[in-house]
Amino acid sequence: MTRAVRLELNGVEVAAVAEGGENLLSLLRGRLGDTSPKAGCLQGTCGACTVLVDGEPVLACLMLAEAADGRRVTTVRGLADGPRLHPLQEAFMDGFAAQCGFCTPGMLMAAKALLDREPQPTREQVIEAIAGNVCRCTGYTPIVDAILEAARRMAGRRT
Amino acid sequence: MRIRKELFADERDDDLRLVGRPVRRQDIEGHVTGRSTFYDDHPVSGLLHLRCVRSTEHHARIRSIDTSAAERVPGVRRILRYADLPKKAHNILTIFNFGIDDEPALADGKVRYMGEPIVAILAENPRAAAEAVAKVRVDYDPLPAVFDVEEALAPGAPLVNEYIGRNWFRYWGDYDCQQIRFGDVEAALRSADLVVTGRYQMSPIEHAPLETNGCIVVPAEDGRFTVYTCTQGLFFSLDNTAAQLKIESNRLHFVGGTVGGGFGGKVDTVVEPLAVLAAMLTGRPVRYVFSRAEEMQVSSPRGAERIYIEDGVMRDGRIVARKITHYHDAGPYSRLSTYGTIKSAAHHPGPYYIPNVWVDSWCVFTNRTPSSAMRGFGVTGGDFALESHMDVVARAIGMDPMEFRIRNAYRDGDMKAHRKLTQGAALIECVQVAAELAGWPLSEEARRASSRVGGGGERARIPPTPPSRTRAPASTGGRFEPGRAGAGEPRRAITPPPAWTGAQPAPTAAPAGEPARREPPGEPPRPASGHGAIRFSSVFGSRRR
Repeated sequence: MTRAVRLELNGVEVAAVAEGGENLLSLLRGRLGDTSPKAGCLQGTCGACTVLVDGEPVLACLMLAEAADGRRVTTVRGLADGPRLHPLQEAFMDGFAAQCGFCTPGMLMAAKALLDREPQPTREQVIEAIAGNVCRCTGYTPIVDAILEAARRMAGRRT
Repeated sequence: MRIRKELFADERDDDLRLVGRPVRRQDIEGHVTGRSTFYDDHPVSGLLHLRCVRSTEHHARIRSIDTSAAERVPGVRRILRYADLPKKAHNILTIFNFGIDDEPALADGKVRYMGEPIVAILAENPRAAAEAVAKVRVDYDPLPAVFDVEEALAPGAPLVNEYIGRNWFRYWGDYDCQQIRFGDVEAALRSADLVVTGRYQMSPIEHAPLETNGCIVVPAEDGRFTVYTCTQGLFFSLDNTAAQLKIESNRLHFVGGTVGGGFGGKVDTVVEPLAVLAAMLTGRPVRYVFSRAEEMQVSSPRGAERIYIEDGVMRDGRIVARKITHYHDAGPYSRLSTYGTIKSAAHHPGPYYIPNVWVDSWCVFTNRTPSSAMRGFGVTGGDFALESHMDVVARAIGMDPMEFRIRNAYRDGDMKAHRKLTQGAALIECVQVAAELAGWPLSEEARRASSRVGGGGERARIPPTPPSRTRAPASTGGRFEPGRAGAGEPRRAITPPPAWTGAQPAPTAAPAGEPARREPPGEPPRPASGHGAIRFSSVFGSRRR
């Protein structure tokens, strides 16, 4: 059974046909051509496929594609504002918060969901927010530092 | 962070502008924008998906394989078997004229580890491939399995790998370096004040990269194949794929370099040959990607190394003898474990001047998951054992462990057991700084010690080294004949280059099941050539020069 799915992907209305049982990750990486969410485990344990659905962090490998119908999906490709990178992206670049880069899109989206909800998080809140995102290069400390740094920079811009 | 530039200041020609400062990675903008292109990020239409039927037995003969139900699964296009393989067995180092082709890409009638690929299904989608895999019936005739290196070397152990013909690998050709004989260890152990023994065991460790092993192969119109791959060694994997498929390497175009975590787990070239073969036989693009379960179970981990150390030590803290037996559990196939074995031999006896050293490093075959490269394999395990043992010995003679290391550290001019003079030693200074930072009290003598003083002289001598009678393990029903293979001969010259930089163009084909045997060269110790395995032992504990 195939089904047409319409959704808003990074601010753009898109539509695609999903196979029966197809997950959102497969639809995004395949027919919708957004390969930024990564497939690390396909069983909801690594967090590399994290995207935002209506602003909430979701593991795209565990969500049926058809469940995203009519909803707003944001991936890391939608994080920058045109050529201007998001403060999270800038802070990751400045702080060496990526090594192989495979976990980075998921990390950024989990961090984005946190900062949208809690603009001035504590270190503990940051660690909790990325607890479902595995980094096998073991770069957690610079990642946590970068998220806190991004929060500081964003607060600076607001004042 | 503080850089101790006052140490060896007169030798420095650097300004260390970059150390200790954040530097922006050149690839990081792609990583944070989701534009970095990993192997699975290339849009390719019309893909066939490859998935392997894997052994559920540790060691078994295969009586029969029934694929009839699998063939009827809608979407299944082809099933690859052992008979389809252009080259029946391969090892990734034989392209450098090292080792023996000892591993079939699909089971050759026997499985030697749980998870070994038996047949490969090609289907229009991953789901059909998975369904077909579940419908293949394999009838096994289980064989006794062996999971321990010493049990594998014991008399009567089941023979794991018929291509090798015995449960260990020893190679006395151009790259030989599995033994060290320096001085008279037995005599020194007898005259030592104290002998301290230890047994150290490493566990297999899975790299667990977030991106699993995989590749996508696209046939081009000119008879070539574009291979998008995870490999850590792009040209190494290209050459090995060409060798395994018996095609010219210019028919392969490997695209990669953006690796989603490797750590040594993406050099074995296990996915590319099967996927290219599948593309050749079907004319279709093929995607072969390990599931997370496959990555964790069948991709090669760090080998389980077991290290025995016997130290002869004097009451004043001098180590006068060190005898090491180091076993590498390769699993059933060599992969890169033969090279790891050489690395361990090159690394022993650690960064210490010891006048009598005896090392045997064994590459042993068992029915565990094939092991291979992982971050300093051979060396990391050796260091774990050596430095653990240093603490044990220090305690046994009632000496401070920091002082004990300073007492025995290499100093400039010392002769290493590998017959290379020590230059640029810096362990003493490292320990002194570490002690200082940790607030660890050192004696006046230890504080005043220097890598530049006290070495050489008598310590620069190569001691008389008696011929060694190494006992060959009495293992297996293999064809090993002690007289012919040279077990027991003293091995002294040890200067092989690392396997990957070898210049030998053509692999020496050994007939299947017949170990390549070369008589050990009988010449006296060759001068160290200053590269290769020697380098591993001279690099660590060295200061920058």
